[in-house]
Amino acid sequence: MTRYALHPQVGLRTETFGALAYHYGNRRLTFLNDDTLVTVVRSVGDHDDVESALDAAGVPAARRDVYRSALARLAEAEVLVDLAGVESSGDVAR
Amino acid sequence: MKVTDRLSRGLEAPICLTWELTYGCNLSCVHCLSSSGRRDPRELTTDELFAVVDELAAMQVFYVNIGGGEPTLRPDFFALLDHCVASKVGVKFSTNGSRITPAIARRLASTDYVDVQISIDGADAATNDAIRGVGSFDVATAAMRKLADAGFGEFKVSVVVTRDNVEQLDDFLALTEGYGAQLRLTRLRPSGRGADVWDQLHVTAEQQRVLYHWLLDHPTVLTGDSFFHLSALGEPLPGLNLCGAGRVVCLIDPVGDVYACPFVLHDQFKAGSVRDAGGFTKVWRESALFTELREPDSAGACASCGSYDACRGGCMAAKFFTGLPLDGPDPECVHGHGEAALLAASARPETGSGHSRRAPVLVPLSRRVGAG
Ligand code: SF4
Ligand code: SF4
Repeated sequence: MTRYALHPQVGLRTETFGALAYHYGNRRLTFLNDDTLVTVVRSVGDHDDVESALDAAGVPAARRDVYRSALARLAEAEVLVDLAGVESSGDVAR
Repeated sequence: MKVTDRLSRGLEAPICLTWELTYGCNLSCVHCLSSSGRRDPRELTTDELFAVVDELAAMQVFYVNIGGGEPTLRPDFFALLDHCVASKVGVKFSTNGSRITPAIARRLASTDYVDVQISIDGADAATNDAIRGVGSFDVATAAMRKLADAGFGEFKVSVVVTRDNVEQLDDFLALTEGYGAQLRLTRLRPSGRGADVWDQLHVTAEQQRVLYHWLLDHPTVLTGDSFFHLSALGEPLPGLNLCGAGRVVCLIDPVGDVYACPFVLHDQFKAGSVRDAGGFTKVWRESALFTELREPDSAGACASCGSYDACRGGCMAAKFFTGLPLDGPDPECVHGHGEAALLAASARPETGSGHSRRAPVLVPLSRRVGAG
């Protein structure tokens, strides 16, 4: 099951269009262009899995795929950490 | 929504904030954008510096680019660095390397929140020292060695590309990688003392084409988005490709004045001061100048150009200090419109001698400004 948390080295700043995320380690900046996505990103670490975070943010079934792939891209960009991946591979440094 | 539209609505805080701590410098590079040399008696006090950091932390400014002058000449430099780190404001500071000792290098290497950028302007001592002064190449490379030995990792080596060093791009890359560092290339702008040497040192049209293709072939080389006017040559370079002045970028100068960008130290682009009531936050969010700069651009004489979306008329500072209209082509427009415009430009704005100690002497000057 996919489980994410905000990367500990990432700062999030609310903006009129959503938020900006900055990674202090790789020094990359990411635009989050949607308020609901920002809500999910902020809260996803408090949930046991992605689906319950999406439930809590009120993301309708028809939009789930869009959000799932946005979150996967944020994990690739190291804005999020994939906790399930870390646990199964044991690779904490990724 | 396009990035450009989002940014023009204004951000809560700048993304790329440059903070020049002092006009004092032990070098006197011929192209210094801030005409540095002597300290200014009105420079911010240590308490004022700390208060600015507190404000930046409250605004959630992710990081600041600290420069000068030579920022490490301030006796409170390392205390300020510690305060930034403790406040979670990341720091990248630019230095000529003269104050980097092995102990300082180890200290800098010990935190993720600090990045270091060493400036050189030639891949060998002769080319570099003609711009930055005798001995400066050896000082800079010695600092690089110390950072590498301290295990700093990828610090930055920053080069202003000129007519004289543009042939050395591969050499710069090899030199930089030899220290485990990352190369950063930036554009020469006619700002500060750069105005005096721009005519002789800015790259030629042919060199611009070579540079463009080299940058496309080396996507890991950093540019601070400074060559976006070259995107008009075809495939866009990575980056936002727009002038960020007052939208994404701004400058706090050593006396606390806030300008739209580090390359426009001129009254026309001064938005306010961190010493004003409401501080930096109010200047960034409410100043008349920044509000105006966040309005949609007018393409002016570039309107009929098919490359406008890629280049957006180029750099405001380059236009301003070469006497060109701000809503027309960049002086280095890749389609040659700038060259044509320069033939009949307005008088260039007076830049004064700033804080220069003396007129730099190593490159023949076509024009001397002020008393030197
Ligand atoms: S004025 Fe030039 S240097 Fe300054 S932000 Fe605009 S493009 Fe960049
Ligand atoms: S005419 Fe203007 S928009 Fe077109 S390439 Fe030249 S500077 Fe850029």
